[in-house]
Amino acid sequence: MRYSGLKVITEGLFGNKGWGRAWRDPAPKAEYDAIIIGGGGHGLATAYYLAKNHGLTNIAVLEKGYLGGGNIGRNTTIVRANYYMPGNSEFYSHSLKLWEGLEAELNYNVMHSQRGQLILAHSDGQRDTLARRGNAMINQGDDAELWTREQVRDFAPYLDFEQTRFPIYGGLMHKRGGTARHDAVAWGYARGADRRGVDLIQNCEVTGIDIENGVVTGVQTTRGPIRAKKVGMVVAGRSSQVAAMAGMRLPIESHVLQAFVTEGLKPIIDSVISFGMGHFYISQSDKGGLVFGGDIDFYASYAARGNLPMVEHVMEAGMTLMPMIGRAKVLRSWGGIMDMTPDGSPIIDKTHIEGLFVDAGWNYGGFKAAPASGWCMAHLMATGQSHEVAKRFRLDRFRTGHVLDEEGTGSQHNLH
Amino acid sequence: MRIPCPLCGSRDRREFYYYGSEDYLNRPTDQGTIEELDNHLFLRHNPAGITRDLWYHETGCTSWLIVTRNTITHEVLGSELVADRKKGA
Ligand SMILES: Cc1cc2nc3c(=O)[nH]c(=O)nc-3n(C[C@H](O)[C@H](O)[C@H](O)COP(=O)(O)OP(=O)(O)OC[C@H]3O[C@@H](n4cnc5c(N)ncnc54)[C@H](O)[C@@H]3O)c2cc1C
Ligand SMILES: [Zn+2]
Repeated sequence: MRYSGLKVITEGLFGNKGWGRAWRDPAPKAEYDAIIIGGGGHGLATAYYLAKNHGLTNIAVLEKGYLGGGNIGRNTTIVRANYYMPGNSEFYSHSLKLWEGLEAELNYNVMHSQRGQLILAHSDGQRDTLARRGNAMINQGDDAELWTREQVRDFAPYLDFEQTRFPIYGGLMHKRGGTARHDAVAWGYARGADRRGVDLIQNCEVTGIDIENGVVTGVQTTRGPIRAKKVGMVVAGRSSQVAAMAGMRLPIESHVLQAFVTEGLKPIIDSVISFGMGHFYISQSDKGGLVFGGDIDFYASYAARGNLPMVEHVMEAGMTLMPMIGRAKVLRSWGGIMDMTPDGSPIIDKTHIEGLFVDAGWNYGGFKAAPASGWCMAHLMATGQSHEVAKRFRLDRFRTGHVLDEEGTGSQHNLH
Repeated sequence: MRIPCPLCGSRDRREFYYYGSEDYLNRPTDQGTIEELDNHLFLRHNPAGITRDLWYHETGCTSWLIVTRNTITHEVLGSELVADRKKGA
């Protein structure tokens, strides 16, 4: 079914009885040309672009839970292209361009809102770093503006400009940055892939990867064995467990990242604001809730829920930046399992097993990456070659020394 | 989360600095291979379940500990001093 304004009006008039399922619920076939393990944003986008860009439609996405139940439905929805390092810069730039056409592409409202992202500077050194980052963004063809303290004050007068610990020196505004509706991205890609013939199989956990003489032949699942010559592992926080089924050890440690939302308030924060000194960032959802978060909890975890010290730290940082936030009531908090790499950058690569591919290591920044990750993973699985904008996301780059340490914090998994 | 320190007893998690997996203790010698270095610094089993990782009792006795924990439940099962491990080896 094609969605349109007319359809919304007619359905509204006739009791919304004519809406069908957004995608089918097929039983798994015995064999596919390719299998994607993981029905998150990246897995669904990979399936969509395999079908759309490469004409591969005899494929399946295997999801152990329900589509969109992982990190794709748990993140704080920030979409931006403000990376500095060659390797990352062109990739996120490509992703933002895909975002800008995504709703028309998918005929689905993903509520992509380019409301701008402002990163604050709190010292001369930080302002210089932001200027350098801004120049890299402009060189990449994206947008960046270095704002003075007065410009920041005009834009966000509610920030605490009087504080002496972290005085605001200015900021870097990325106007094409913003937010999107996270679930809708999963649903839009799912519907698009399904319409092109992809089987989306839920409640189907992969429990083993079949390999014969170094070549992948299929997977074992809770719904029986399924054969395929190409298998992509796209399972984010669970990457280490799935890779272990193929006898691999990945450069990944899983950590919990928490986020928070307040009760719905009238519009007050009309962009995304990042407060690097306090590890705090905030935006306001279309429903009115203030959506904010901070750093990971810092120790390896699969609990998908965090601990109180980080809750306290995030609240303190919020109060430091904008004291008015203390009047809002926190409604909910939650956590997701983050696949942290030793340099903070992702992996989209082949493995040493023929036909087995890996897309992982998204740290806490994989929402914005979902379109380009799907695009590049599909390219890799279809052609056997890395896509031009993802060619530095190599699996062996730590061993070879070609790390992409965007934040320059060293080789500890939890420091990115 | 509270972490038992063999010297200080049960202490608040905030007193500790988390470093990472026990793999960091398996430092290759200067004759070691690049694979050993990769395993030491970067590659991880990253278990969903029982893990052993390194914590530094930063605002306590400043000892390095190996803590045995469950990564799914956040249950802390025990700890030992890294210094003791070296003595045993
Ligand atoms: C609190 C929080 C805030 C975040 N904020 C942002 C942000 O503002 N901007 C941003 O860019 N990113 C953000 N992220 C990161 C982003 O959400 C993730 O990097 C991204 O969603 C990961 O890719 P995915 O969508 O494919 O993962 P997921 O949705 O987790 O998909 C992986 C899927 O694999 C499935 N799976 C696992 N094992 C198996 C198996 N054995 N068999 C079958 N299926 C399996 C899982 O059930 C899951 O559905 C945030 C994350 C969190 C938790
Ligand atoms: Zn101690």
